[in-house]
Amino acid sequence: MSAVLVVADHRQGELRDVSYELVSAGDGLAEQSGGDLHLAVVGGDVDRFADELDLAGVDAIHTIARGEEFNHDVYVESTEQLVESIEPTYVLGPNSVNGLDYLPAVANRLGRPLVTDAIDLETDGDRLELTRECYGGKVETTIELEGEAVVSVREGEWPAATEPGDASIEPFDVTIDEDAVGSTVTGFEEVTGGDVDITEADVLVSIGRGIEDEENLDLVRDLADALEATLSSSRPIVDNGWLPPNRQVGQSGKVVTPDVYVAIGISGAVQHVAGMKGSDTIVAINTDPDAPIMDIADYAIHDDLFDVVPALIEQFE
Amino acid sequence: MKLLVAVKEVATVEDSFEVDGTEIDDRYLGARLNEWDEYALEEAVQLREAGVADEVVTVTVGPEEHEQSIRKALAKGADRAVRVWDDALADADLLDVRAKTDVLRAVVEEEEPDLVLTGVQSGDDSWGATGVALADEVGYQWAAVVNDLEHDLADGTASVRRELEGGVEELTDVELPAVLTVQTGINQPRYASMRGIRQAQRKELAVKDFSALGLDPSAVEGSLERTAMYEPESESDVAVWEGSSDETAGALADLLREKGVAP
Repeated sequence: MSAVLVVADHRQGELRDVSYELVSAGDGLAEQSGGDLHLAVVGGDVDRFADELDLAGVDAIHTIARGEEFNHDVYVESTEQLVESIEPTYVLGPNSVNGLDYLPAVANRLGRPLVTDAIDLETDGDRLELTRECYGGKVETTIELEGEAVVSVREGEWPAATEPGDASIEPFDVTIDEDAVGSTVTGFEEVTGGDVDITEADVLVSIGRGIEDEENLDLVRDLADALEATLSSSRPIVDNGWLPPNRQVGQSGKVVTPDVYVAIGISGAVQHVAGMKGSDTIVAINTDPDAPIMDIADYAIHDDLFDVVPALIEQFE
Repeated sequence: MKLLVAVKEVATVEDSFEVDGTEIDDRYLGARLNEWDEYALEEAVQLREAGVADEVVTVTVGPEEHEQSIRKALAKGADRAVRVWDDALADADLLDVRAKTDVLRAVVEEEEPDLVLTGVQSGDDSWGATGVALADEVGYQWAAVVNDLEHDLADGTASVRRELEGGVEELTDVELPAVLTVQTGINQPRYASMRGIRQAQRKELAVKDFSALGLDPSAVEGSLERTAMYEPESESDVAVWEGSSDETAGALADLLREKGVAP
């Protein structure tokens, strides 16, 4: 039996989407290895989070009510002590900014190998095969290891688990050496133009260089309004100062996983694709049928956006 | 105050390349100082220029060929450099986080810096983990993905901003000594001046092997094995809607309504 422990990710009172994806990733490993799936919720409103994550496949949820927000010392100690209690073969966490702030320390304390940013996982219960990208996504590699491991999984790579479950939910007592806590979170701030979080949108209308001129932005704003969607963009639009940085999708912007991503006049450079390829459905509107965006688009319209967008707005009037 | 900056030379890949076994054929590889580390280095040099730090030392785990990148770091303002290399490292086919942590620990214990800066990740393997693992290993505090650092470091505390997802920054105070992993955009890395390049040739670049650092060759015996490398397959199975703008817009409108995401 090789149990799996996944650690949920939350911030400012809400579970992050990757928590549900971690359940899917962990459930896959537990199924393949014939073990139980354990889930840990550390900090915040742990009872509500536990209810929300009581999903099919999860056998046990351990709640650790320590603080409101992420603190890496608390996460490291909690995960370490849970691992000592459950003895899972695999520990899975998010490859988020906070995941990268504690999982390397967890692996270090446990003396386990660490693999970060996994995009696929397969196990026979003993040997784990992980897939990850190198060189900015130009190649994928597979890595194999025997036995125990700590793994961070890329956000948006696994489907979110949704089916209700029947897990046992119990508090787990941890002993935290307060003297060892050497960092203190003093607050949060939204970056400039923080009027919207495009990562939370169900539908994104996203524009690129093809929009040509700042004054043409009104056209896509009208479209976003008509679709009740959120407006986002590729990097050049933000570099030009036409939209604030919080609208930028991509490696240096936001990673988004909406239900539908409508890429309008976006060629699809790898840096942009990294931020939106996890979208459920991708629609590309572009005059160039050979644009790289077509490699990952599900649907395409090879036509001028200045003809298609007004026609689309009309469909919703 | 002494600053240690862990910098790495990374491989860059041409747009068109071939894979040879589990590596990219080296005919298609170039080299550069890791982009993220350039920001970490700039931050350190600025701290010395502000009078907060006295010395900036770089550490690199890499073979002699990497000295071109180390000289570049010296030209940009580092005072001296340490390069670690050993036959055991040359023989290792995959250097995992554990191995890098063990090697860097030996250097941190020798140099005893007050603050260690390094990039969030490397541009080639992108593990994004060595800084935090190192901090835990040497008993330092840490913060990952820092995009702002207050330069006074008053009362032995580093006040930083961590760049979270969704355009949110976390404000955190970290006690020194500490390791910070630095995000791009924290500053504007300078170009090396001609004077800097000349001076870099005379700066100390110490080379240390495992015995000099008291390390055992088993430090790099990793448990990971790279079994394959390949180009991701193009998944271009795009369905193209044909017809007039009204027809294609109609097809898209139908899709959005089908998905239940449009009014």
